[in-house]
Amino acid sequence: MATATDAAAQARADWSAIERELGCRSGGPINIGWHCSDRICEQGLAAKPALLWEDAQGARRSYTFDDLRVHSNTFARLLLGLGLRPGERVCIFMDRVPALYFSFLGVLKMGGIAQPLFSAFGEDSLKVRLADAGTVAVLTQRKHAGKVRRIRAVLPELKHVVVVDAGTTPLVEGETPFDLDSAPRVERFDVFPSLAETPSVLHYTSGTTGPPKGAQHVHSSLLAQYYTTKLVLGLRPDDVYWCNADPGWVTGTSYGIIGPWSNGITQAVLDAGFGAERWYGFLARRRVTVWYSAPTAIRLLMREGGDLVRRFDLSALRHLASVGEPLNPEAVVWSQEVFGRPFHDTFWQTETGAIVIANLPGMKIRPGSMGKPVPGVTAAVVDPATFAPLEERGRVGLIALRPGWPSMMRGYWQNPEAYAKKFRGGWYLCGDKATIDADGYYWFVGRDDDVINTGGHLVGPFEVESALLEHPAVAESAAVAKPDRVNMEVVKAFVALKPGFAPGDDLELEIMNHVRKRLSPLAMPQEIEFVASLPKTRSGKIMRRVLRAQEWGEPVGDLSTMMDE
Amino acid sequence: MDDLRTAIRDYVVREYLEEGDPRTIEAETPLISGGIVDSFSMVSLKRFLEKTYKIRIPDEQASPDAFDTVSRIAELVERIRKDTPVPAP
Repeated sequence: MATATDAAAQARADWSAIERELGCRSGGPINIGWHCSDRICEQGLAAKPALLWEDAQGARRSYTFDDLRVHSNTFARLLLGLGLRPGERVCIFMDRVPALYFSFLGVLKMGGIAQPLFSAFGEDSLKVRLADAGTVAVLTQRKHAGKVRRIRAVLPELKHVVVVDAGTTPLVEGETPFDLDSAPRVERFDVFPSLAETPSVLHYTSGTTGPPKGAQHVHSSLLAQYYTTKLVLGLRPDDVYWCNADPGWVTGTSYGIIGPWSNGITQAVLDAGFGAERWYGFLARRRVTVWYSAPTAIRLLMREGGDLVRRFDLSALRHLASVGEPLNPEAVVWSQEVFGRPFHDTFWQTETGAIVIANLPGMKIRPGSMGKPVPGVTAAVVDPATFAPLEERGRVGLIALRPGWPSMMRGYWQNPEAYAKKFRGGWYLCGDKATIDADGYYWFVGRDDDVINTGGHLVGPFEVESALLEHPAVAESAAVAKPDRVNMEVVKAFVALKPGFAPGDDLELEIMNHVRKRLSPLAMPQEIEFVASLPKTRSGKIMRRVLRAQEWGEPVGDLSTMMDE
Repeated sequence: MDDLRTAIRDYVVREYLEEGDPRTIEAETPLISGGIVDSFSMVSLKRFLEKTYKIRIPDEQASPDAFDTVSRIAELVERIRKDTPVPAP
């Protein structure tokens, strides 16, 4: 009995056929920006709604695929006019406003590399990612421009800051105001003839050690994103689809832009925070048929109860899916009760570019399971030491994928060493542990490293510890995952103070806010424990695993290398 | 706005709005669902309230809905203060 997915069975996705379906020829041009807009218009869908947009203040706008085509042309022309060249990195640092979506496609159309970053990032998070990528231009909004201004002096490669909603507000010297509504419509634009391996999108992701790494994708990722959108999310031409992920993260681009629009699907977008009533109202008002959400959001909705759901007409909903962290069985059962259908868990990550393990529509769901490998992906659970697929069902090992599907990252930006470390024995290692049951269903067990998965976002302990050490009171620190019933994990910090500082509520809040502003709200420790010292190895390295085990009530393991106090 | 609501509003403006953010915060402005305070940041807002008003907000009462406006937060604080016995002198 082999626990590795049978390669022959899983090779059923014929990537060449999908390439032809997308109108591409092998070795010919392929451009995600063009495929998501111009191509859909050429198929006679120019007048079809592409984007139904709302914000928290109640503003509503609707855009057709022709609008998508023209507005992305406008951004592409703007960038070329500024002197940007193909291959240069353009950061999109915005809330979920229409300009984000148009500019993402525009960057790709002019041959640039789109680098979307979460708009809640603080200046340290922003600085590290822009410096690493050598970003040449940032497209942002007035309300986020201050963060860019404060770090611009230390980013010599950053030549342009474009403020897309500047209006008449005076900007700082060196910033470019832009207003889509008053900009001339660019009906025709010569799209950059990118090829399958031309870089397209750069998404940063956190690891255990060192700063975040840029997972670099290419234009042929489109094949997997287009295909899995149809196959896993089950989208059909008449659907109204809502992916509530922010495009600052990979779900928000792969399945919040590329997948649905390359399929000519109408998307609804809500530029607002979480609110059960607001979300249900949006689903009902927009008659959403397919909803791609996240376990944290689902658990927050569960807290508000089922009675609230029944006040809304959600009869249009046909399919529900989830991604980010494992979906707990209770959430699957709850959604069956209140929506009349279960959430289908899916698994993938920034590096894979597209869904790789999933509960497909129509598949019998085992609540709590990640599902099975998507056709076209060869997966296994491998031994952590030998990297051989585990033969014994139910045994814990590492989730491994055989490289070769189109949306696999092509490297970490300027970090070939880190990229090489992700491969062992011919497998790409996801960094997650799982088991496979007798029927081939995968069951998530946990991370294989110190990365903290909070609300579906990976937070690197190194980044949090670095930010903590910037606080004047902190002598040393360790950041670990702590279990949380809503977010699965949250960041907990252990802090030893410098002489002259005393633990207390004021200092705790001050340190929390310090990390929140420097990095992001999700990197903010939800709890700080002040300690006299941290457990260390004899060589002085902080032993996070001891602290983590303490939080999870697990055995601390071998302590023979621990320094005696 | 009374003193309690003003203090909460001022804290939200100071801590959660970026310089240059054109939005204004009123008593009924949606904070969580409005995208001004995200659900992760609720913990720091909760800590501020607990520290400032010497109360303990149970986790089950600290929901995104209960924290969605300055008014709702103030009502929560008032309710907990009323229910919290004053320590003997």
